[in-house]
Amino acid sequence: MHVLHARGVAVISLVARRVILAVPLLFFISLLLFGLLHLAPGGPLSTYLENPNVRPEDIERLRRAMGLDRSLSVQYVTWLLSFVRGDWGYSYADGRPVLDRVLERVPATLELIGVAAVLALAVALPAGVFAAARRGVDRVTSPIAVAGISLPVFWVGLLLQLLFASMLGWLPSSGRQSFDGGDLGDRLAHLVLPATVLAIVLSAAWSRYLRRTMRDALSMPAITVARARGLPESRLLWRHALTIALPSFVTVVLLDAAMLTSGAVVTESVFAWPGIGSLFTESLVKRDYAVLMAFLMIGSVAVLTLNLIADVLVLWLDPSARRESL
Amino acid sequence: MTGIAVTAIAETGRTTLRQRRDRGPQVAAIALSALVAAAVLAPLLAPFAADALDLAHRRSAPSGTHWFGTDELGRDVFTRVLFGARVSLAIGLISATVSVMIGAAIGATAGYAGRWVDDLLMRATDAMLCIPRLPLLMIAAAFMRPSVLLLVVFVGVVGWMETARVVRASVQTLAQRDYVTAARAMGASPWRVVVRHVLPGVLPVLVVATTLAVGRGILLESALSFFGVGVQPPTASWGNMLYQAQTTMSSEPWLAVFPGVMIFLSVLACNAVGDTIGGEPVSRR
Repeated sequence: MHVLHARGVAVISLVARRVILAVPLLFFISLLLFGLLHLAPGGPLSTYLENPNVRPEDIERLRRAMGLDRSLSVQYVTWLLSFVRGDWGYSYADGRPVLDRVLERVPATLELIGVAAVLALAVALPAGVFAAARRGVDRVTSPIAVAGISLPVFWVGLLLQLLFASMLGWLPSSGRQSFDGGDLGDRLAHLVLPATVLAIVLSAAWSRYLRRTMRDALSMPAITVARARGLPESRLLWRHALTIALPSFVTVVLLDAAMLTSGAVVTESVFAWPGIGSLFTESLVKRDYAVLMAFLMIGSVAVLTLNLIADVLVLWLDPSARRESL
Repeated sequence: MTGIAVTAIAETGRTTLRQRRDRGPQVAAIALSALVAAAVLAPLLAPFAADALDLAHRRSAPSGTHWFGTDELGRDVFTRVLFGARVSLAIGLISATVSVMIGAAIGATAGYAGRWVDDLLMRATDAMLCIPRLPLLMIAAAFMRPSVLLLVVFVGVVGWMETARVVRASVQTLAQRDYVTAARAMGASPWRVVVRHVLPGVLPVLVVATTLAVGRGILLESALSFFGVGVQPPTASWGNMLYQAQTTMSSEPWLAVFPGVMIFLSVLACNAVGDTIGGEPVSRR
């Protein structure tokens, strides 16, 4: 009871401190991104400027309607105030609210990342643990893992498309479902290739990281003591050493997952997966500032949030971290 | 510069090699040197002129004359891969230098100055790490349509954070050593202490950071060019060769296979070398 109470206090104080810290961090990030987007040559109206059919007075009217004639600092404050209130503006491309456009894409991205992460964990956990424990396994898995980290994601995507979609015809090459289809089998078939591409890179990085933390854990005195007491090797590995290695591994996994909300850009584009990553590439072509800004902010918030969740988890998993934070 | 770095890496690789009896890193270092040599000597090695068109032999599959086949304009893919190596490897090396220099400066300042300077710089590093890197680069590249040189600087500028962190940690440890205290006691200025006494100790960390950053730079450039916002044709880079190849993937797969293999091999060589001398390759998508 007392321990639980102490834990609760530690978690609440950590969350409070981190949320307070996150405010200036996000402010700084938004200022940086806003500056970059709006100081870049061209501006949101550049597509109209290049179009000879749009009259100069129309451009002037648009400029005023969008508030682009005001000073940059006024524009930033206006944007910030409405962004905080949940009003993310309207897409320049189709006039719909940015929030709607982003939200409708989120499920597809979460589905892709979720499945890829589960696949990657299923490979990385055993690979990482055994590579740390057995030299023979390590000789095989280490080169594979280093190779996996070095793969250009889009190239793997193209090759898998070529092999399984064009040549063998086993799987659909792109999209989330067929035009007429939409049943579970059809959607799973569409998920296989993009999820595999992400899982290959993730499992390589994760198994590599787990191997290192497990090695550190196995060289700790506590493990030597446990071994001296005659504990079976499997229990030593999966229970004692893994408990030590798990907190930092969880942190890395969650951080990578957060990176993927925006990092799936490449995979989603190659496979025309209708998530927020491909929304980003579409918006980039159309110079859709409001959507681009929203995308970058979501990516940053996702990293901050999952970072915090990881820290809270570590606090629960690792007693020594709990003591330090109190 | 390149030569020295590669030799240094090979040397460090060899010491660990004796204990492990593992030839991987040696092979990787040799492969890396060979790639750099091939890129430098491209005009001599290439069987055809850099952009020679041969409209009679367009889209032909790999053969004795055209080892890697030809593209839609009849250009020899092997030649283009060789010349692309100059662009891709140069971008990797220069962007790595940029990011390691920025990272070392920020990390050393934060680690040695401590207090509020450390807090400020590390919060800035945290903030930069939160921003999705590839999308940020894509926006900068798409809006500013940079020259190859500016593109290199962009790739370098978004990649300094990892180096800053390891350098800071390493400087913090080194700054507490007796010889550093002695130097301070003798009245050396902070600048002198850092440059003459602390930074040489950080050098091994920097070599690893640079090797890994080269791989990361090559991957980032290829991704940018793959989206059509990186190196612009007719200049060949491995990334934009893939960009041009993706539409004809099923009819002319050789156009996509060879540049991709080159990206993979060069990044693999960097990671394998960096890995042996104590680093941990990090990939960020």
